[in-house]
This record gives sequence, C-alpha cells and structure tokens, in this order.
Amino acid sequence: MRNRPVLLGGILLAVLGSLCPFLWFVLTSFKSQIQVEAIPPTWWPDGSLAFYTSALIEQRLFHYIRNSVIVAGATTVVALAVATPAAYALARLRPPGKAWILVGLLCVAMFPPIVIAGPVWQILERLGGLNTHWGLVLPYVSLTLPLAIWILTAFFQELPFELEEAAQVDGCTTWQALYRVVIPLAAPGLFTTAILTFIYAWNEFFFALLILTDPERQTLPVGIALFQGEFIMPWGEIAAASVIATLPLIVIVLLFQRGIISGLSAGAVKG
Amino acid sequence: MTQSTQNRTTGRLMVVPALMVVAVFSLYPAMDSFLLSLYSKFPGPERSFVGLGNYLELFHDPVAHQAFVVTLGFVLLSTTLELLLGTGIALVIHERFKGRGWVRAAVLIPWAIPTVVASQMWRFLLNDQYGAVNAILFGDQVDAYVPWLADPWMAFGAIVLADVWKTSSFAGLLILAGLQVIPDETYDAARIDGATAWQRFWHITLPLLKPALLTALLFRTIDAFRVFDLVFVMTQGGPGDATQVLQFYGYKTLFTEGRVGYGTTISVTVFVAIAILSLFYVRTVGTKLMQREPA
Repeated sequence: MRNRPVLLGGILLAVLGSLCPFLWFVLTSFKSQIQVEAIPPTWWPDGSLAFYTSALIEQRLFHYIRNSVIVAGATTVVALAVATPAAYALARLRPPGKAWILVGLLCVAMFPPIVIAGPVWQILERLGGLNTHWGLVLPYVSLTLPLAIWILTAFFQELPFELEEAAQVDGCTTWQALYRVVIPLAAPGLFTTAILTFIYAWNEFFFALLILTDPERQTLPVGIALFQGEFIMPWGEIAAASVIATLPLIVIVLLFQRGIISGLSAGAVKG
Repeated sequence: MTQSTQNRTTGRLMVVPALMVVAVFSLYPAMDSFLLSLYSKFPGPERSFVGLGNYLELFHDPVAHQAFVVTLGFVLLSTTLELLLGTGIALVIHERFKGRGWVRAAVLIPWAIPTVVASQMWRFLLNDQYGAVNAILFGDQVDAYVPWLADPWMAFGAIVLADVWKTSSFAGLLILAGLQVIPDETYDAARIDGATAWQRFWHITLPLLKPALLTALLFRTIDAFRVFDLVFVMTQGGPGDATQVLQFYGYKTLFTEGRVGYGTTISVTVFVAIAILSLFYVRTVGTKLMQREPA
C-alpha cells in the first residue's frame, strides 16, 4: 500500500470507528441529569461529576470494583501458577501424550460456557462455593488455562535450551532450573499471559451472573448489566461505571499493546 | 538414564495440576451435561431417564427453531463482516507509519472493553430518545426518531453491529499475524511487473493469507455461537423472540424456568452445532483453501 491518501483514510476510519462510540459514553458520564435527558441530545457535557459520585456512593460501585479486583487478580495468579509448570513440561520434558494434551486443551477452550455452567453450578453448590469469590475463580482458572498454556508453551519453545542444561549440569533440579533460569528469561511471555488472563476475568459476565447472586459479592460486569434506577434507566451512572470499569483496560492496552498483539497471535496462529 | 526418568516424573507432576483443574471444571461438566440431556430433570434430587426425548421435544419446539435460525444468522452475518473489516484493519496496522503504535492501541480498545459495557453503550447509542444515532441521523426532527431496539429486524441488526464493533479488531490481529509472515520480496517481482496495489492484494496477499483467514473465521465462529452478554444486556432476546439466540434460550430454560434436563439439551445442541460447523470449515473450506492455486 504505497497510496498515502488511501492509507490515511484507512487509519482515520479505523481509529474513529473504534473510539467514537465509546467517547460518546465518556461524554455522557460527565453530563448532568438534565443534559442526559435532553431531546435532541446535547453533545458537549458541562463537566459535572455528579454521575461519578452517585455511581460510586449510591450504586455502591466501590463494592463491585473491589470484587472485580479480587476475582481477576486471584484468577491471574492461580492460572499462571498452574499454567507455567505445565507449559514448561510440555515445551521441554515431553511428557507422554503431549500432542493430545495440547489439542485437548484447544477443544476444551471451544466449549460453550452454558454446556458446563449447569454442572459447575452443582459442583459449587456441593462445595459451598456459590456466592463466594473462590467459587468464581476456580471455573475462571479452568477457562483461562488452555490459552495460557498455549501461549506459554510457544514462548518456552523459543528459549534456548543450553542455559537450562548448564544449570542442570551445575546441580539444579528441573524445578530450580525453571524458577531460576527459565522464568526470568520468559518474563515477557508470562507478563503477556497475565494480562490476557486478567482482561478475561475482569470482563467475564456469564459465570459471574450465575455464581454470584448476592450483590455484596458481584463483579463489575454484573453490576453494570443489572444497574437499576427507580423509575428510569440511570444512563449517566451506567456511563460513569462503564468508564471506571474500562479505564484500567485502556491503560493496559496503551502500555502493553505490543505484548498483547504478539500473545494473541502466539496463542492462535502458532497452534 | 536416571536424569531422564526423573525428568519424566517431574514432567508429569508439572502437568497434572493443570489437567486436574480442567478435568473437574470443564471436561467433567461437559460430559455430565451430555448425560443430563437424556433425563427429565427439575431442581431437586429426582430425575427420570427419557432417552432422546428431550432432543425430540427440541426438534418440534418452534421457539428453538426460531432461536436456531437467529443464532445461525447472527453467526454468518457477524463473522463475514468481521473478517472483511478485520482484513481492512490488518492491512492498515501492518503498514509502517509514524504513530502506528497508537493506532494499534486505539484499534485494540473495543476488544479490551468488557462486552457488558459495549452492550450498554450500544443500547444507549441506539436509545429511541436520548441516543446519538438518532441525533446524528435526524437532528432536531424528534418525530423521526427510531426506536431501533423495539423493531425485530433493527434489534437483530443492533446486536450484529455491536458484535462487529467489538470483535473486528481481534479478527484483525489474527489476520495481521498472517500478513507478518509474508516476506516483502514476494511483492517485489509483482511491483516490477507493474501490478497495481489491488492486483497485488488480490493475487498475492489474499492467497497467502488464507490460513490466517481460516483461523480467524474459526475463532470468530466459535465465539459468535456463544454470544450471550450482548443479548442479555441489549435486548433480553426481544422484541418477541427476534434476538433470542440458542445460548440465551438455554440459559432461560435452565436457570430461569428450572427445566434442567431440557435446558441442558439446548446447551448440548449448541455444543454439537459448534463442533459440526468447525469441522465443516476445517475439512471443506480449509482443504479447498489450501488446494486452490492462486490464479
């Protein structure tokens, strides 16, 4: 594509198309109630923070934020702790049935959530995990493991083998070689996997809706989906809550755009 | 020798926790669902074996038929649009230009936004009174404002639009990965021969891009079949049953109406439909794509 005007047009379309719809929500969040209810709509907000205060205090957004941080954080830590040794073993130690394990994981990743939701609900009911954060973290870990293991296996396979061999000659066990040599080298890959896992758990709605029925425990997506006003839809508060829920993700994307792109294509294309 | 046996044992130990979690929270539940779909079951301990009775009922259930048609229409329409837009996005962010990192980040933002947020956003954009879409189309002519989500066809179009907005960039990333493995030299000969940009795209890029396009098609199809959040937030399956996709119908039957056996049957059917369509793509489209010579 040497055609500058066409490229420029493409860039403009892609950027505006991606950002404008959400910008409207951002503008809405800074409006006053009168402005939100204006027909025809007003474009420019008067910079009111009323929706933020009422979302945070009256709609108890703080609870949802705290719950989301706990669930997404715990999911990321546990998923990485379980996926890292598994991916290392798959990349290096050739356990029996390696190919089957990788293909099987890919198939599991394709299960529609609803086909596992009912039995998962029953397992959690028996374990007392309904309406608890760990009851949501466990299925999240299971759902994020396939992608995490795929990405990490791809990363580990690209690392040179010699350093670990040298470490093992020096008397390190496999575990020590993993923690002292491989993990520091694979830090970018681990970080990318952590980000993708975090985004998944932060955004997930279906299981959160089923498992957390107690408003005290619900995560941000459930809160935002079920936002209720007394008489009319509280669009201003929904917009403010949406901006707050999205802000950390925008920061992550701006900072780690490169890692996310390589991680997603490693998980999908190298397979 | 001992080193290698020890490695083998350690290897097993390292894989087992991951496999255990997946077995308990994904594999076992899926198998349990298959089994449960053969029973008539409601909340409570009792259940009675009905064989394929639930599937027969599903076969004659007009609501399920409608849901199947809506789901299939949604999958075909949204994945087609996403592949087209995704290819465009990939071509743009593959180019080298100043500020490309920012453009890539901007394009990724819809992908990163929670689906629930994107759904509320589009619901508000399409609002019959306060929505930006009506304001842009009709300005001050308030009488002309359209209640988009109250019309069956428009509501269907709205969930497709929201899905396309949210996930085209993901398709774009997978296609970008395909573009990146095409060596630059491939284009040089064509350029010397005087091929136009369009000819180079059609005769060189597109044929070489087919594996990446197929990957994107597979991933997007599997995901589109599982659409739930958009429908739950934007339309609740309405108006009427116009946007009731199978996954939402299954959810309602299983968790709202408590018809556990029948709801599970719907969910298993979604599962089987995904498997069949994926196999079809890989077998038919996949091999055709691989075999067809670039013209």
